Amino acid sequence: MSSTRQGKLGDWIFFNLTRFFALFVLLMLGGTVASLVHGAWPAIERFGPSFLWSGEWNPPMERFGALIPIYGTLATSLIALIIAVPVSFGIAIFLTEMAPVWLKRPLGIAIELLAGVPSIVYGMWGLLVFSPVFAKYAQPMLAATLGKLPVVGELFSGPALGIGILSAGVVLAIMTIPFIASVMRDVFDVTPPMLKESAYGLGATTWEVVWHVVLPYTKVGVIGGVMLGLGRALGETMAVTFLIGNMNVFGGFSLFLPGNSIASALANEFAEADSPIYAASLIELGLILFFITFVVLSLSKLLLMQLSRRGGLET
Amino acid sequence: MATKLSIWRKIKNRIAMTMAFLAMAFGLFWLFWILITTLDLGIASLSLKLFTQMTPPPGSEGGLLNAIVGSLLLVSLGTLLGTPIGILAGIYLAEYGKHTWLGRVTQFLNDILLSAPSIVIGLFVYAIYVAQAGHFSGYSGVVALAMLVIPVVIRATENMLLLVPNPMREAAFALGAPKWKVIVKVTLRASAAGILTGVLLAIARISGETAPLLFTALSNQFWTLNMNGPIANLPVTIFKFAMSPYQDWQQLAWSAVFLITMGVLTLNIIARVMFRSSKHT
Repeated sequence: MSSTRQGKLGDWIFFNLTRFFALFVLLMLGGTVASLVHGAWPAIERFGPSFLWSGEWNPPMERFGALIPIYGTLATSLIALIIAVPVSFGIAIFLTEMAPVWLKRPLGIAIELLAGVPSIVYGMWGLLVFSPVFAKYAQPMLAATLGKLPVVGELFSGPALGIGILSAGVVLAIMTIPFIASVMRDVFDVTPPMLKESAYGLGATTWEVVWHVVLPYTKVGVIGGVMLGLGRALGETMAVTFLIGNMNVFGGFSLFLPGNSIASALANEFAEADSPIYAASLIELGLILFFITFVVLSLSKLLLMQLSRRGGLET
Repeated sequence: MATKLSIWRKIKNRIAMTMAFLAMAFGLFWLFWILITTLDLGIASLSLKLFTQMTPPPGSEGGLLNAIVGSLLLVSLGTLLGTPIGILAGIYLAEYGKHTWLGRVTQFLNDILLSAPSIVIGLFVYAIYVAQAGHFSGYSGVVALAMLVIPVVIRATENMLLLVPNPMREAAFALGAPKWKVIVKVTLRASAAGILTGVLLAIARISGETAPLLFTALSNQFWTLNMNGPIANLPVTIFKFAMSPYQDWQQLAWSAVFLITMGVLTLNIIARVMFRSSKHT
């Protein structure tokens, strides 16, 4: 009898203990939002919504606007996706349909290791090793080819510095590939073998199976994976900080030019922000970043959940 | 005519498969380039001084001892603080909260926290801790790192507990064990290896985290074990030294990159090998 009572008390304690820490996670997230809003309040009050589209970032004059860091964040992430999505798609096809069984695991791990390399390592490697090579070979080549086209040409003009929006985007792409590729591989793996076998049985080629059977079946999950990659890219800090050049003045639309991203503005300037309004403006940047990534990551999660409800995928 | 069509289809397939192969090669190419650079420049600057001397002022010789010790302190305390919280919350999600609103909402938000920008976590800890205390400190760095450990451990715990077959729980219940005992002694034990894998991956992740430490632990050029003040650590040291124009600082940064990369990749590989063997038994 007493042992049942002990069990009940133990159950009560244990249940509430675990529930407290589950609640704690919500508090952590809620606290983050609340503290950001609180910290950003002076800037929100002073600049209002025009903070979002003002391109001026002038600490001595205490005038701040988020346009340039927002532009840098979106531009680098977009470049990263343009490169990373097709590459990840190829990697996922290779891993699920082409690689011999004994190679699948080691190659999969190798790609995942790319995600394990810390961002600061990408940053230092990017600045000291990658960017000189990029400036010497890739940028002149791009300027000589794409740079000659009308309209698009402007994006690839200007001095080949090695650092700037484009090279930050390229390094960001390398960092995003493993995230998108492993989601794509996992969702491709949930396609029922029966569907694929039927298509193969009708004489379809591997490519036709992927394009007409696997991809339509896993479409939602693939988009979810791309969104996850985007969410990661938007908030990536150290690698971008090393490569983007940290310029707060808009010099033109060329992707060769240096710029700034929200995360790198925070990393570079927050510790040195000497006036309260400067610090508040930086915190408001953080709030904007948090909001954008929150929306993107929620979408990603919702899409992946939709696929898993249908196919039993572990998200 | 039929043959013409099938030749075109074959060519298309061949092109697509070649592209997929090239994509794979493209991915591996970067991994090898980064690893080779790290090994090449890291080993060249490897010496015993790294482990016996402090970070120097520019222009003189030194090592990384204070940064290595600081990093070890921050990472181990962050893990110790975050892991139990993560495991307990994960238990709630898997064993109690599967169909409650709290469980669902927490599970959803935890996955977002998992990929949320770590620099924002740094801002949060700055606001609630550093700004209140009035100074940067190792403890605030520990809090920031723990906040990054928690979502990883929650995810691992939840996934592993859900893999435990129900008959195991039922057998323990049938013997009259209360639920908490079933969880602690049966299901948690059955998923221990998987959870440990998650913890190792969390350690790997926070070992290289720089952004959240910039506003919390900051850095320190001198030897200190005082966690209530700024403390040296490898990532922020790399950031500072790599961006500097001084040759000897950059050399030290490469050594630090070498140490961190090897540590992190080793942890990743151990975690994966361990998880694989635990799945088979």
